[in-house]
Amino acid sequence: MAIWLSRSRKIAHFLNPKIAYFLQPEDFSYKIHVNYVNSSSFRTLSGENFRSPHAFLDNSATVSALQRRCRRPESTRAGEQVETRYSDDDYEDENQAMDFPGGRVSFTHEMKFISEAADKRIPCYRVLSDDGYLIAGSRFEQVDKETAVKMYKSMVTLQIMDNIFYEAQRQGRISFYLTSTGEEAINIAAAAALTSDDVILPQYREPGILLWRGFTLQEFANQCFGNNADYGKGKQMPIHYGSNKHNFFTISSPIATQLPQAAGVAYSLKMDKKEACVVAFTGDGGTKQFRSDGVVVKGQAYGIRSIRVDGNDALAVYSTIRAAREMVIHEQKPVLVEALSYRVGHHSTSDDSTKYRPVDEIEHWKTARSPLARFRKWVHKNGWWTDDEESELRGSIRKQLLNAIQVAEKTEKPQLAEMFSDVYDNLPSNLHEQEKSLRETIKRHRQDYPTDVPL
Amino acid sequence: MILVAYGRQVDCAYVFGEDVGFGGVFRCTTGLSDRFGKQRVFNTPLCEQGIVGFAIGLAAMGNRAIAEIQFADYIFPAFDQIVNEAAKFRYRSGNQFNCGGLTIRAPYGAVGHGGHYHSQSPEAFFCHVPGIKVVIPRSPQQAKGLLLSSIRDPNPVVFFEPKWLYRLAVEEVPENDYMLPLSEAEVIREGSDITLVGWGAQLSVMEQACVEAEKDGISCELIDLKTLIPWDKEKIESSVNKTGRLLVSHEAPITGGFGAEISASITERCFLRLEAPVARVCGLDTPFPLVFEPFYLPTKNKILDAIKSTVNYYSSYDKSSPVHQHTLLEKNHLWIYAFNALDRRVA
Ligand SMILES: Cc1ncc(C[n+]2csc(CCOP(=O)(O)OP(=O)(O)O)c2C)c(N)n1
Repeated sequence: MAIWLSRSRKIAHFLNPKIAYFLQPEDFSYKIHVNYVNSSSFRTLSGENFRSPHAFLDNSATVSALQRRCRRPESTRAGEQVETRYSDDDYEDENQAMDFPGGRVSFTHEMKFISEAADKRIPCYRVLSDDGYLIAGSRFEQVDKETAVKMYKSMVTLQIMDNIFYEAQRQGRISFYLTSTGEEAINIAAAAALTSDDVILPQYREPGILLWRGFTLQEFANQCFGNNADYGKGKQMPIHYGSNKHNFFTISSPIATQLPQAAGVAYSLKMDKKEACVVAFTGDGGTKQFRSDGVVVKGQAYGIRSIRVDGNDALAVYSTIRAAREMVIHEQKPVLVEALSYRVGHHSTSDDSTKYRPVDEIEHWKTARSPLARFRKWVHKNGWWTDDEESELRGSIRKQLLNAIQVAEKTEKPQLAEMFSDVYDNLPSNLHEQEKSLRETIKRHRQDYPTDVPL
Repeated sequence: MILVAYGRQVDCAYVFGEDVGFGGVFRCTTGLSDRFGKQRVFNTPLCEQGIVGFAIGLAAMGNRAIAEIQFADYIFPAFDQIVNEAAKFRYRSGNQFNCGGLTIRAPYGAVGHGGHYHSQSPEAFFCHVPGIKVVIPRSPQQAKGLLLSSIRDPNPVVFFEPKWLYRLAVEEVPENDYMLPLSEAEVIREGSDITLVGWGAQLSVMEQACVEAEKDGISCELIDLKTLIPWDKEKIESSVNKTGRLLVSHEAPITGGFGAEISASITERCFLRLEAPVARVCGLDTPFPLVFEPFYLPTKNKILDAIKSTVNYYSSYDKSSPVHQHTLLEKNHLWIYAFNALDRRVA
């Protein structure tokens, strides 16, 4: 369940990163050590005592660890990147600067704490105004008519799919659902900006990417109904889509669990010299529940290029992801994209979000800030889309969805044997035995078991 | 509400976790923050490792830290803090420090539609960790008494709450402050033919099986273990010495489940008295499956079948003998068998 004051939703974009910087444990601990050293010098300067002697001991241990590290050529090399940023020409004197693993650090006589927040929040890149006009002077990636119309149609499809599946849950036909309402532009524009070779590690509010890549409405319905045709064979809750064919890793519920995996996927793409990247998605829960100005500012802290973009502006998202993809693949660096948006729906069918956020706030984002409405205005103004086409599209998608649901509902559930498959590549003996014993139990107590699961 | 009782009493109690400030996903902490203030009852960032780490620090300073993990399925990111930190805090410092004021609450178990990540019963992982206690209540009344004991216990406790309790169980819960002892099992149904041991939500399934078995003339003794570590071996032992048979049931996968520990310990202690192998009726060795949940679960009839086959263990070899009165021959068999085994062990 989201914390109500969190409004952003981000795309962590790990594209073929220069992994050395991002992943090496040495680098990471090095950053922590720097913090420790700062606090110990703070102590000396202010004369303030630490409450516990442990902290002090920790610091001296740290210093020796650092000295050890000084001799490591790796850490010095990593530091070269930093040096250009932090060394100051005025302080080239040996007494006013020191060589430190990670680069040369200048001294200062000023005891100046870095503020917890910058004076101004990071601005948000956008291209389209709320009325769907191009903002004068904005730089963006051109989108041709065909792509723009496909993007718009996909956003509409996603919205209708959400409405119909949500209703189906309400009617008790599926056990659970959650919508992407409000985040259609992030879903679709990101998908449009990527190629189908790019690997997606989703959270759970990005089905639009699959939709864009050709996952059919029937395939969505099959997963939600957990039937025989569901690729996950009915084992996971609804909305936990996955499609190998579409380079879309199967969704896992634990928040942010896929982020480190994305770095591994990226490393593999890099080693294989693929012209492709990996995109991992995560929400506020995985990133921003602290007092920082979102997650975008953490990019610099990790040495990752970052940008804040209006997640409800499809053109801005599209342009951002296109540019990020270029950098990642051709410069071999990771990029962090923070797309500001608002989850208009409840967290899921198990949630009533009016308990923790005002109704008029939801309404505002649903109407005035709708990413769909904004993009539509633009497409409309270009003369690429008419009202007639709109109503025809909506009617036809609705029909297709109702049909998909009916088919999915009628399709048999997966065979009982599927319960035991895929735990391992092959069935081990304990599962053989358990399957056999279960089948005997079922024979004795048929009434205990659902009849829609074929034995 | 249990937490209300607690909060009223103690100044140094803190309740926190994801969405806890506005009641939590199971509404367990509804109204608590209004009543005790946002400084005592609050939301945390979505970071289980951080929640437990914070709770350990708070507890180490002498407070009662009551941390909620939204679902037991999401306790794993905090595993390191629980296993390497909370559990060893006292031991590694020679008792200079402890985080005994720590209680971690987490809803666990099947709900009918939870799939992989809203259904698991991870208790066995924690039972393998010396230094923490694991407590699981079976009913609202029990939950209150055991939770208060867990909070006040001078050791860190992982407290798993059966999810089904939140919606289904209705029970009069005394208003007053009361505690139920930890590490003390309770016989909740007396019987003479077989001992059944379980905890949490599974007990009500087991109880139904006991009722059915009774119709067939089998008298079952049902024991709620309540605290899984350190557990009340003696009570189980004395019950098995009376009945001569044992069945353990839990929702978690059978392999490496806590039932295995009970089975091994009781076999060690009651070997000569056991008239049948210890039966285990548990979840299967697969991840918790959505569509197949009814097949996966240790249902009433699976338990009932196991009760019958355990009680009829010998008669299934010798059809002529009645179930409850062993012939001398059978007894002899049993003893011979047992001595053979003893010999083997001595050798
Ligand atoms: C590790 C972990 N802890 C807790 C949860 C329970 N949970 C599911 S979604 C969620 C909130 C996620 O919020 P956010 O990232 O903002 O995404 P939103 O669902 O609002 O789009 C929580 C706490 C979880 N899935 N994983």
